Amino acid sequence: MVANLGYGALILTFLVSLYGICSAIYGGLKNQPRFVDSARNAMLLTWPLLTVTALSIIFLLVYGHYEIKYVAEVTSNSMPLYLRVTALWGGQAGSLIFWSWLMAGFASAVTLRKWDRDREFLPWVIVVSLVTLMFFLSLSIFVENPFERWWQTPTGDVVSAMFQPANSTPLVQADGRGLNPLLRHPGMIIHPPMLYLGFVAFVIPYAFAIAALITGRTDDRWIRVTRRWTLWAWLFLSLGLVLGGRWAYDVLGWGGYWGWDPVEISAAMPWLTGTAFLHSVMIQEKRGMLKHWNMMLIVLTYDLVIFGTFLTRSGVLSSVHAFAQSAIGPLFFGFIALTFGVSMGLLIHRWNSLKSEAQMTNLLSREALFLVNNLLFLSVFVVCFWGVVFPILSEATGLIGQAIPSLAVIFSGQKVTVGPPYYERANGPLFAAMMFLMGIAPLSAWGHSTSKTLGRAIWKPALVTLVVPVLLIVLGIRQVAAWIGLTLAGLVFFVTAYEFWRSALARHRAHNENLFAALWKLAGRNRRRYGGYTIHIGVILMSLGIMGIEIFQTETQATLAAGERLQLDQYAIQYESLVEFPTADGREVARATVSVYKDGQFVTQLYPRRDFYLESQQPMTIPGVRSTLADDFYVLLVDWQPISTQGATFKVYHNPLVNWLWIGGLVFILGTLIAAWPDREMEMQPQRVARVAKAVEQVGL
Amino acid sequence: MKNRTSFFLFTFAVLMLCLSALPSIALAQSSSGGEVTDDEVNTVAKDLYCPVCENIPLDVCPTKACADWRDEIRLKLNEGWTKDQIKQYFVDRFGDRVLGAPPARGINWLVYILPPVLILVGVYVLYRAFQSWRQIPPLQAEEFTASPTQAPQSQDEYMKKLEEQLKASDR
Repeated sequence: MVANLGYGALILTFLVSLYGICSAIYGGLKNQPRFVDSARNAMLLTWPLLTVTALSIIFLLVYGHYEIKYVAEVTSNSMPLYLRVTALWGGQAGSLIFWSWLMAGFASAVTLRKWDRDREFLPWVIVVSLVTLMFFLSLSIFVENPFERWWQTPTGDVVSAMFQPANSTPLVQADGRGLNPLLRHPGMIIHPPMLYLGFVAFVIPYAFAIAALITGRTDDRWIRVTRRWTLWAWLFLSLGLVLGGRWAYDVLGWGGYWGWDPVEISAAMPWLTGTAFLHSVMIQEKRGMLKHWNMMLIVLTYDLVIFGTFLTRSGVLSSVHAFAQSAIGPLFFGFIALTFGVSMGLLIHRWNSLKSEAQMTNLLSREALFLVNNLLFLSVFVVCFWGVVFPILSEATGLIGQAIPSLAVIFSGQKVTVGPPYYERANGPLFAAMMFLMGIAPLSAWGHSTSKTLGRAIWKPALVTLVVPVLLIVLGIRQVAAWIGLTLAGLVFFVTAYEFWRSALARHRAHNENLFAALWKLAGRNRRRYGGYTIHIGVILMSLGIMGIEIFQTETQATLAAGERLQLDQYAIQYESLVEFPTADGREVARATVSVYKDGQFVTQLYPRRDFYLESQQPMTIPGVRSTLADDFYVLLVDWQPISTQGATFKVYHNPLVNWLWIGGLVFILGTLIAAWPDREMEMQPQRVARVAKAVEQVGL
Repeated sequence: MKNRTSFFLFTFAVLMLCLSALPSIALAQSSSGGEVTDDEVNTVAKDLYCPVCENIPLDVCPTKACADWRDEIRLKLNEGWTKDQIKQYFVDRFGDRVLGAPPARGINWLVYILPPVLILVGVYVLYRAFQSWRQIPPLQAEEFTASPTQAPQSQDEYMKKLEEQLKASDR
């Protein structure tokens, strides 16, 4: 009953979306506002309908309807309530519904807010949003239906289908398989929704860009309308990536936060192009330049959002053969090709009307440095994209080797791993160059900046930055990577702090305000600028955490008898005891107790453990961590003897500065919130708009 | 001006080249001589990828199969095998996928060649664009910078006047 209700709402959403697309196209082409309004209503209806679908799945998950295939795959009797609810995005079919639900919510929010302001865009914004939504709905209806039930045929075969096959009987299981243990972590409650929110929110600026291309309104209006949507998309995606890193650090048990896994990279790629877009749109807003480039960046970001979902959903990452066998893979591939082709076709059609209104005349101007910034972000993207795609390509080109034996040496068809050694080597210098640019760009001016003016602006913070290498010498740090990385981080920090200080001081002198009030008012008056600077500070703090692990991390492993100690840097652990016990949620837990000593003094006890999930027969290693601002001491239980006194094996990591990664993440998010917060000027009342217009008239400019 | 710009670009290039030559991770300490330690096993296992679980280095993979492979590494080290010999042994058994980066042969060369080539193409395109922009005569350049938005200074004046008018009308 509930499954039918959810499925019915899903079908209805599909039909309503189809109607909305047709109505919007007709209304847009024939200039019929009634049809556009009707399309808008259709779009507004998709969200409540999909809410019914999502709630139906949650109901089935919570009440353990194991006759439903999806429910049996992702829940079990032993799972707590919150995990049963979050199992909505714990499997493929549910996560596609969740994606659609968020997409419908975002698209509806766009049409609810200031609907009358940019009417010429809206039919096409509705078309693009609903086409994207319909694609995901069609996947849910035709390929990955979350409401399919298990049936038993007269021959004893078990099949899954939405409706009862002839002569079959419903198969109701007593218990489900349960959620993947890796996903049973509080981080997983919030990490996927944040990523998905980031993904779907990037559809909005793309929809406006396509609307601008269709209508021929190729000024920067579409960018101004979507600036906040883009920032929110970027905020959610950034939050999703940071939370993903934290989840990996807490759950995956390898002492790190980022493993250059293709799934991680597929989420980072739209972030990279989105970041480049956020910088380059400023050039269009300020100087009327780079219009083609901005269009290309937002199209690329949109298709990377779909591509990322394709990579993780099609099975292509495990094997190219899985892609060929799954129905979902070719559909995704076709949709990406279609949207990319149509977008590029429209861009070429409008190419001449997107010419720059200004020219770049100075190589050290802000816009020139932003272009270099774009090059660096795109370079990191190229490295990542190629690293993810190459293993698939290498396996697929084996067919050439098979067809032409003389080429088999080149096209061996072997599956290869492109892992951290490739990414770290290729991206390290690019990240360093980005930091250098982040250090000098805030001091360059729009339009015109020379080495003399830039030098005059930068010499003070650059001089203060010299403190960093001196400090590194005093501390006895000899790694060249640390010298370069920390000095660059210092430069960015001091330049940003100098910018805050300089502006606050000027305001303090002009208005006689105290410095904090001046700083507060400055940030309030130019949220984008100071939000951006706060983001830079966040990035620098995060870079401290990254360098802490990449350069200074140490590790050791040993098997200890009870009472024995293992030393790592200034820390030592002493193995005390180990207990094994079952839990009510279907785990067999082995938990060790170790005492931690720093410089010979007892500091705390840690409880690293290994959870073995009986339903899925999967182990999970949960570290014991002593965390401070200076470092993390991270202990893993690797192995143990059946009788604990005979010994247990521990792997221990010393991760200096790693907590600055999470603190920096918070500062980064705070900066994005400052930049995305609506300006009072932007939200002016009609009376104030009229007054501003009158004032503009009076000043005669 | 041209010299200064060249210096600027040169500094970038040198910085990037210097960093690409750096080792990225400091390895943990390990004992030498006598019985093979866990750290010595992990130094080898860190460079190998679990042939069963995707994208998980062998030194941290928690599965039973990987624990057995780590024991195999320990045995080989005890027998006096070198790190490279052990890595080749695993490659022979499970294929190139056990290595963290593809060996540079056959089509695998593309992994290492394509990204730098594309990045250099990007640098060249940007360089050409800068060159073409700089060839605009100063007068024409001024016209360009003045349109469509005002230069920063005149914009500031505009904002100042606008603020004054708004303040006056607020009174």
